Amino acid sequence: MNQLFHIVVCASVVPDPLQTLEPVTGANGPSLKNEMMLPAILDPWAAHALYEGANLARQIAGSKLWLVSLAPKAKLQQVMMTAAQKVPLQLVAVDGPCGGFVDAHQTAALLAAAIRKIPELDFSRLLLFGGWESASRSAGVTLQLIGEELGIVDQFQGVDAIKPQDDGSFEVLERIEGARHQVSVCTGPPAVLGWATGSLGEPRNDPQVGMANMRSIMPALQRATAGTIAPDGLQYSNVAAPKQQRQTQIVKDKPADEIAREIVQWITQE
Amino acid sequence: MDTILFLAHTEADGTLGKAALEALGAAVELKQPINGTLVAAIFGAQAKAAADFIASCGAQRFLTVEGDEFSQPRYATDAAACEALIRAAGATIVIAAATSRTSRVLAGVAHRVQGCVDTHVTSIAAVSGTITVTRWFYRQRIEGSLTRSHRPWILLLDPGAHAAWQGAAGSATTETVEVPLPDALRRTTVRSVVTPPADQQTIRPDANLLFVAGAGWTKKQKDGQTHVPEAETIILDFLRNSKASLGGSKSLVDLSGENQAALPFMGHLNQVGQTGASPRHPKGLSTCCHGEEPHTVGWRFIAERRAINLDPNCGWARGKADVLYVADAFEVMTKVNELLAAK
Repeated sequence: MNQLFHIVVCASVVPDPLQTLEPVTGANGPSLKNEMMLPAILDPWAAHALYEGANLARQIAGSKLWLVSLAPKAKLQQVMMTAAQKVPLQLVAVDGPCGGFVDAHQTAALLAAAIRKIPELDFSRLLLFGGWESASRSAGVTLQLIGEELGIVDQFQGVDAIKPQDDGSFEVLERIEGARHQVSVCTGPPAVLGWATGSLGEPRNDPQVGMANMRSIMPALQRATAGTIAPDGLQYSNVAAPKQQRQTQIVKDKPADEIAREIVQWITQE
Repeated sequence: MDTILFLAHTEADGTLGKAALEALGAAVELKQPINGTLVAAIFGAQAKAAADFIASCGAQRFLTVEGDEFSQPRYATDAAACEALIRAAGATIVIAAATSRTSRVLAGVAHRVQGCVDTHVTSIAAVSGTITVTRWFYRQRIEGSLTRSHRPWILLLDPGAHAAWQGAAGSATTETVEVPLPDALRRTTVRSVVTPPADQQTIRPDANLLFVAGAGWTKKQKDGQTHVPEAETIILDFLRNSKASLGGSKSLVDLSGENQAALPFMGHLNQVGQTGASPRHPKGLSTCCHGEEPHTVGWRFIAERRAINLDPNCGWARGKADVLYVADAFEVMTKVNELLAAK
């Protein structure tokens, strides 16, 4: 008999990757130009964590899933219109900044505080999920910090699979160097799992799931507590998008033989 | 005055990896401009032998945590070891290589020592005594420099971002730091490492060339048919002949996950770009790749870039590659394979 899990997925919102990102520096440090106007999506690796978490919760009866998100409320509401159609979830929202230049330590403290306040959460069954890196700060530290705030000392990063065992333990596959996976077994929750891609595709939008979710999501958004994040000794300089435009030499109408010779010569020269 | 701690783990064979030696190079280089002191700390199997290997690095102290329990890359024990070493050193700046093992634990350790952490650091400099680090934001699309006044400050340096330390081995006088390990820290056991079979190992971090395959390999060709088996043969032959590392565009990798006609050896680990890796190789050759800026970050750290594409205006190549061959990749790569095989 598998042990049931209380799965908390931490996920924020990031600008749609297809948008052009231009940094600007204001009184509060760097941010993105027109940041609030940019279309946003659920952070990709965190989204994988959400799908894996929902799949795990569906497999093991009695398990529960929460999505805890720190983001500007309006932005989060916009993203939830789509994300809520993917899997059943309960949203816990914190209204605050979430960009790439926001300090991870204070972000983690706010998220940990929000997790502690979830009334039905049993910490002895907690699996804390999230992306192993965000598409904004891309640091891979927030989940670890939340885990430490919550006193969780079994943590895994770059996770591609979790396999619950009959004795309540679970096996985890973590990405390590050289396209390899490290296989570990943990005796049971609580644990932190920072997900890489996992093995599940993106679920199709299900309007019924979306409608059911929205009944609890809208009140959760209204209840969202405001979180503030101060620079706390962090100071940025020279934040810029690189303007590395290469002078591309376009080679047209050259026979394949000649191109191949040129490429082989280029590859093999030191 | 800052105390710089070079923090590293040993590899499975008891040596220090290249990335660790690069981090040591950065730590040694930082010592002089900030007038700091250097301490070296090593945990894992055969830490004493690793300390001997870097005995001439200029460290004032060599600290080690050794023992079977610290040989496995596991959060609970690694975090306990790193915490103990940072405290024992009285470190204000900690420099470590961003390996999977250190990346798994050092943010958590920063929390324990009431410090702060920055990862994926690409350079560490001191200007007028102020330490400034550079890293990328938004998946290699924005580069920024930052400083922190908070200490201890833990920095994880990306592999390939600094020259490796070189020096003579010797005999280091090591101090062993004892780390208590209650049962609560042994709940996780590392069982094994899964390595792809040699003939399926397509990711080679040390390769001279990154070969990026795009979804075009699986699309209809000029005869109106797809040629996925041929594409598979051509790509694998090329990897075998050239010893290149294989990267894939998101669209191609996603095809594999959606059970569409795709290249069976192409998985998410191969993915480069916005939601994949940005590996460091001296050269890169992209073939049949289409896409705009977000995806081309996959070869942000490739020095020399060439591309083969039928579209002369391809966003992946134009302005991003040094040379764009407007040609059929099937034809060109077949010829390339013939030439490489004959060498």
